[in-house]
This record gives sequence, C-alpha cells and structure tokens, in this order.
Amino acid sequence: MADDNKVIIPIGPQHPSLDEPASFTVTLSGERVDNVVIGIGYNHRGLEKACESRTYVQDLYIVERVCGICSHSHTSAFCMGVEQLAGVTVPDRAEYIRAIVAELERLHSHLLWLGVAGHEIGFDTLFMYTWRDREKVLDLLAAIGGNRINYSVNTFGGVRRDLDESIFAKITATLNELEKQINYYLELAQTELTLKARLSGIGCLSKEDALKFGATGPVLRAAGVAQDIRTAEPYGAYKNFEVNVITHTAADVFGRTAVRILEMLESIRIIRHCIKEMPEGAILAKVPRRIPEGEVIVRMEAPRGENIHYIRSNGTDKPDRIRVRAPSEANWHGMQHMLKGEYLADVPISIAAIDPCYSCTDRAITVNSDGTRKVTDWQSIRKYGIDWYKKRGLDMADIRLERGV
Amino acid sequence: MDLIRKASQWASGKSPWILHFNAGACNGCDIEVVDCVTPRYDLERFGVVKQGSPRHADVLICTGAVTLQTRDRLKQIYEQMPEPKRVIAVGTCACTGGVFDGCYCVTGGIDTVIPVDVYVPGCAVRPDEIISAVERALSLKTDGEGDKK
Repeated sequence: MADDNKVIIPIGPQHPSLDEPASFTVTLSGERVDNVVIGIGYNHRGLEKACESRTYVQDLYIVERVCGICSHSHTSAFCMGVEQLAGVTVPDRAEYIRAIVAELERLHSHLLWLGVAGHEIGFDTLFMYTWRDREKVLDLLAAIGGNRINYSVNTFGGVRRDLDESIFAKITATLNELEKQINYYLELAQTELTLKARLSGIGCLSKEDALKFGATGPVLRAAGVAQDIRTAEPYGAYKNFEVNVITHTAADVFGRTAVRILEMLESIRIIRHCIKEMPEGAILAKVPRRIPEGEVIVRMEAPRGENIHYIRSNGTDKPDRIRVRAPSEANWHGMQHMLKGEYLADVPISIAAIDPCYSCTDRAITVNSDGTRKVTDWQSIRKYGIDWYKKRGLDMADIRLERGV
Repeated sequence: MDLIRKASQWASGKSPWILHFNAGACNGCDIEVVDCVTPRYDLERFGVVKQGSPRHADVLICTGAVTLQTRDRLKQIYEQMPEPKRVIAVGTCACTGGVFDGCYCVTGGIDTVIPVDVYVPGCAVRPDEIISAVERALSLKTDGEGDKK
C-alpha cells in the first residue's frame, strides 16, 4: 500500500501469455489505473553490437533473429539498405517474391495477434480457431523457405529460392480457404455484441495522441491516420501496384482489431495480384562483398508498423553501425497514456492490443530490477479481467462459433 | 523420502504441467511452444497443461540465450519449482547461445545458469520436436540421466 489509498501492483516479468518478459508496475486508485511504469529490456541481447563485428552476410543471419515473428521484415529492410549502398538493382521477380512472403508474414502475424487478443479477454475458442488457421500460412512459408519460422528467403541482391507454379497453386488454394475464415472473423467482430462491448472504448489513443507519441502501424491507422509505408514511400514490388490503406475511426482496441482483420483481406488481395503479375527472369543480382562507404536509412512496413533500419558502411565487408528501430518500440511510448484512467481489468487486452514484441524492442534500454518484490503474474491479472467482466454480464463463453468453420 | 519421490514421479508422468520461460529468445521458439497447445499439435491430449506459476510446474521449457536481465529470474524460477523437476532447453540459442554467443549482454546457453536435462537444437524448433522432448524429459528416472552436451 502506498499513500492516499493507492495500491501498487507489480506484474511480471515472467508471464505465460505474452511469451516474452516485461514487467509493469501499475498504481491503482480504486479500480482505476493511476499510473503505469513499464519495464522492458529483458530481451536485450546486444545484437547491434554483434552485427558490427561480423560481415554483412553473417549479419543477415543475426538480423533475421531480431524477431521470430517479423523475421522477413527485418531482413528485407537490411537487404534494401545494403543494396542501396552497393548500388544494386534487385530483379523484379525477386521483388515480387519478397512481397508475397511479406504479405504471408503479415497474415500469420495478424492471425497470431487475433488469437492472443481472444485469449486475453477469455475468448479461448477464438484463440484456437485463429491459431489453427495460422498453421496453414506456416505450411506455405515452410514450402517457400524450408522452415516454419525464420524462413530466410532474402539475400543481398534478391531471394534465395525461386517459386514455381506448384507453390503458386498451393498458395492460391490456401488463400481461398483463409479468405472464408477471415471474412467470418470480420463478421464476428462486427456483429457479435459481446465482443464489441468488451473491446470498445478501452486502450484509447486519439489521432492527436497517436501522432504525438509517434505510434505506427495498426495502432496509428486505427486512430484514423492513413499512414502506410507501402503507399507513403513505396519500395520493392509495391511501386508497381496500389495498396489500400485500412483505417478506422474508433481509436480503441476494437478499431485495432478491425484494422488488422481488414488488413489480412488486403494482404490476400496483394498476394493474388503478385502471383498474377509475377514477372519472369532472374531472382538474384550480384552484390560485391565490400560495401562502398556511406550511410542509409530504410523504412518499410512490417506487420506491426513502420520498421526503420540505419546502416553505416566504412567501405569494408563489415558494417560500421547498424541501428534497428522496430515498430513495437514506437508503439510503447503511448502505452502509459493509453492505460491511465482505465480499469485494471482492461490492462491485459490494452497491452496486448499494440501487439508488443519485446525481442524487437529491447535494443538499448536499461532496467533496474531488484527482484525482491512480490510479483503478480500476468495470468492472474488476466483472470481478474475476465472475471470482472463476467460479473458485469460480459461472458465470452456466451459467444457461439459456427461449427463448420 | 524416496517413496514420495517415486510417487510424485509416477503422478507427474501422467499429467505433467509445463512452464515456459523466455530467457531472451527471438520469439520464434516461443511461438512454437505456444503452437504446441493449439489444435494441430494439441499437447493437452497427453495431459500436458501449460500454466503460469513455477510452483505448480513439473517441466520448465526454456528458450533463448540467457540475457543478463533474465539470468537471476531464471534461477529464481528454477528454485521455486518442486522436485522432481526437469528442464528442457528449446532452440539453438538455449542450447549453446547460438548466434548470440559472445554478445556483451548474453551469458550463453541455459546450462550456464541452471542444469538442463534435454537439449533440443533448431532455429526455430518445430512443435513436434518440443513434444518429443517433453516426452523424453518425463521418461528420465534420475537427475543427470539426460542429454550430455
């Protein structure tokens, strides 16, 4: 107990549902959140420094492991930077293959998020449904790159593997199944009143605040700002076709859910378009081992938002400096503002709604953890939230999903 | 004492509870650990339940090269677990430190902090391999019978 009848609840850093370590110290007055101190940095591995002592080709391997979910986004940004420095033009076919993999990654990342969000509000059926569908996307990624996660499709100057007609047929067939599923989730989000009541009006970040705190990706687009690097500063294959930017006006967790579901449908459209328009030709251009002196900043749209890589080269085969600004890092800044004045019961889903990724974020943040306090685990705070809403008549178990889907 | 140990070993073999801890992984292996409880792999059909508290866990599934920030926490979690306890290092990073070995913020594999029974290399490890590792960890009769590095 602190002064003025305020209760301080430390949560984490070990919790089962987010799968990554982070700690939150929530100060409550009554049931409302007064303040939140976010402790991240548990996942800091020092990989920017590791990149500086290795060659570019070795770095590609490390950069892929910035984050296991958006691994393709990080290598794409890194490759684009090195290619720009080396003055290499990537063949069109390689750009289209990169775009296909990037959109498949967006599909699997958003399906994953939808499941985690369902889990946080006690709607575990949705979790099981979306993760089952996600397996289909992982099968495709495994067929393309040979691995379910960290598929290492990218290499400097293009891609490592070519796609043939049999894989295109496989992708098309899977997309047809997925489209049906995602449309069903969209209908569920729009018509299911329990879901809407649970997600609306929490984790609000208005348009002004989202811009002020520098939010990116679905968090920013759910606040009504049509910002997407694929259209704002087109790169690769996105120069050749239009991408519809999905926005929503709700600016809360419900808005973010809607934006992510609609973005999945847009991704399906883009993949179909890429397969139809797939150019013929080489998939790899030759890139010199020594990269000419210079520096470059690359922006690209990862599933979670704008991903920025900075590369400085000193003319050798090793980079001088690499900086990764992952999208989750930008979204953390608004979190404190988002949670202030919320009920404690809404904290788990509000945190989950920015789709936080700690392995991406934890670049160079120092956290002091004394490790002696009594700590509440995430599971109990999640359960508290679910029960709190059950008492108020919002029980996710009331939602009946269709059997056949 | 021996009898209690035998009894608890018999019981935990029927329905082991697993605890997952990310000691600084890239999220790849962690997602695959969660994948194990989803419909395609469904660890729960073997009675395996993924849950939150170390005090209820029989098997600790660890991912990632141990960072300086998580090192003490990992030790704490291991100490809180009741006997008999088994530790599985999932992923190349967890086995040896992998690609992050030698980074200034990384101590190396899980076995630099706590004893490990089963090593599962891979980047990222597939859910099938995690399931087989859990099965293998439970079949171990005594400490020190597991994988040798």
